[in-house]
Amino acid sequence: MNEMLLQVNHLQTNFYTENGVVKAVNDVSFAIREGETVCIVGESGCGKSITALSLMQLIPENGKVEGGEINFSGKNLLKLNKKDVRRLRGNEIGMIFQEPMTSLNPVFTIGEQMIEPIQEHLLLSKKDAYKKAMDLITMLGIPNAEKIVNLYPHELSGGMLQRIMIAIALSCNPKLIIADEPTTALDVTIQAQILDLLREIKKDFNTSILLITHDLGVVAEMADYVVVMYAGKVVEEGPVLELFKNPQHPYTKGLLKAKPVIGERKDRLYTISGQVPNLVDLQEACYFADRCEHAMDICRMKQPALTQMAKGQKAACWLYEDGENR
Amino acid sequence: MSEALLEVQNLKKYYSSSKGMFRKFGDSVKAVDGVSFTIEKGEVFGLVGESGSGKSTIGKTILRLHDKTNGEVMFKGKDVFSLSKKELRNLRVQTQLVFQDPFSSLNPRLRVGDAIGEAMVEHGLVSKWEVRERVLEVMEKCGLSPFHIDRYPHEFSGGQRQRIVIARAMAINPEFIVMDEPVAALDVSIQAQIINLFSDLQRENGLSYLFISHDLSVVEHLCTKIAIMYLGNIVELAPKEELFDHPLHPYTKALLSAVPIPDPTAKRERIILKGDIPSPINPPSGCKFRTRCPMATDLCVKKAPDYRDTGGGHFVACHYI
Repeated sequence: MNEMLLQVNHLQTNFYTENGVVKAVNDVSFAIREGETVCIVGESGCGKSITALSLMQLIPENGKVEGGEINFSGKNLLKLNKKDVRRLRGNEIGMIFQEPMTSLNPVFTIGEQMIEPIQEHLLLSKKDAYKKAMDLITMLGIPNAEKIVNLYPHELSGGMLQRIMIAIALSCNPKLIIADEPTTALDVTIQAQILDLLREIKKDFNTSILLITHDLGVVAEMADYVVVMYAGKVVEEGPVLELFKNPQHPYTKGLLKAKPVIGERKDRLYTISGQVPNLVDLQEACYFADRCEHAMDICRMKQPALTQMAKGQKAACWLYEDGENR
Repeated sequence: MSEALLEVQNLKKYYSSSKGMFRKFGDSVKAVDGVSFTIEKGEVFGLVGESGSGKSTIGKTILRLHDKTNGEVMFKGKDVFSLSKKELRNLRVQTQLVFQDPFSSLNPRLRVGDAIGEAMVEHGLVSKWEVRERVLEVMEKCGLSPFHIDRYPHEFSGGQRQRIVIARAMAINPEFIVMDEPVAALDVSIQAQIINLFSDLQRENGLSYLFISHDLSVVEHLCTKIAIMYLGNIVELAPKEELFDHPLHPYTKALLSAVPIPDPTAKRERIILKGDIPSPINPPSGCKFRTRCPMATDLCVKKAPDYRDTGGGHFVACHYI
């Protein structure tokens, strides 16, 4: 087993809105080892993106990380001062966002935007930084590096821009890359290229990747370890093979059954009835209870804890609380 | 053989960029460049392609939401582009559209009931005092509760809004609905609910759909016949089983292999296409796919392949098949 790189313990991120307190990330714990890809999967509003942003301490103003700890190679990130956090971003943790079109500044050339973080973090001269930028562009399979660095973001396609974003994230040799829905805005054939690229990076540099996605197909292709989130909580986690072969939580099971899969040709799709609850002022209960086929009395009264199951899986469900089905 | 509901012959739609401040460029975008297909009654026809392939343009053009550049569109044997004003109004009752984004396709100031009932009243299908009753009927069919009728769109989630949009389309009992990426903006668990609703409505009312999507797994689940588009052309068209079991065109093969499968043990040969989709303003000569095709030769540069039937209604446009 590789060494532990990132450990998130009982992370709690709350948002203060007009309607009340939203517990966007509610007691979330997980860990990433060196060279491992961990996927957080869930539907919109489940807190997966806010978890990622909390790691980088980039959450919007009305939100606050109010509890827990984030240990990254021996340091608790939540205890660092602003300057140190800034050093860390880009340097040791790189981030890639969903919309490559909006994550780059439209009035600077690709080159300028690539060179700036390299100079800032690696303290290289402008000439060396330029050379490094060129190397990175070539390494990511973009032809005509000399031409590309002088272009503005609007002159490149979405797939190209996402490669540039990955190049920027890689530029300071980070130990961890956080990728928040990196291929959601891209076409299928381009998505295949980008996922392939991320796999190669992981292999060549032993970089850990935290991949946030809603697409179970992407998870199956990329992940070593999967964390399933629902309404701000981790409902299930486990190694990718086990989780897909033998999902435990009713929500995970439902998600896997609800997605149409090429070659399966079912007559009807399985549906999870109802919709995600409003996260404002949730009562003490299993948040999935209202949509769950197996809901029992206890589900509506008390929240289940993550319980260790066989083969390294964990699930938060009252079905497994009494020791049966293990 | 059932009857043809919609016949499209060599349809072309070019957007010209020769007006205004970019006059000097003067090129046109060949959004749809010679497309032919037929949709039969009760058929769910899937149109698949990546961004810029012209799939949405086809959807809008066949309903005459904008003009064609060339070609022919026949709906129930009548040319859509030479209808009289009255006949065109009639077409609007027989056809409907559902768009991708349920947030922008509903008027925020119209109550749900009014949005659904508007078209019924406008086309004189029901009298004013029957509207509410009919609206409630349609809402129930589409999985909405009666108390939703007096609410405003902002009070609903994405999935619920898409139900409202579908109810609005169903309200006038159309025969043919164009669905433009209707589930792309929805979460998996909600997407499954909406897809099942489509199947139910289709079966109960004998509807025909043109289902536009980039998601092959959804298309496989729902459609009976599928066309794959690339840069304004159909490169392959076949009944569902045929297309998924025996894809012929290299683009279809690559597309199928690129879809991530939610099974970590799945082993398959992945074809990763090189490069980007070329711009439709200046598409490659000959076969438009040749810049990314792993089997392209000189012939593909010189000559565009014919779109022909390889037997059993399996159409393909490639020199080497």
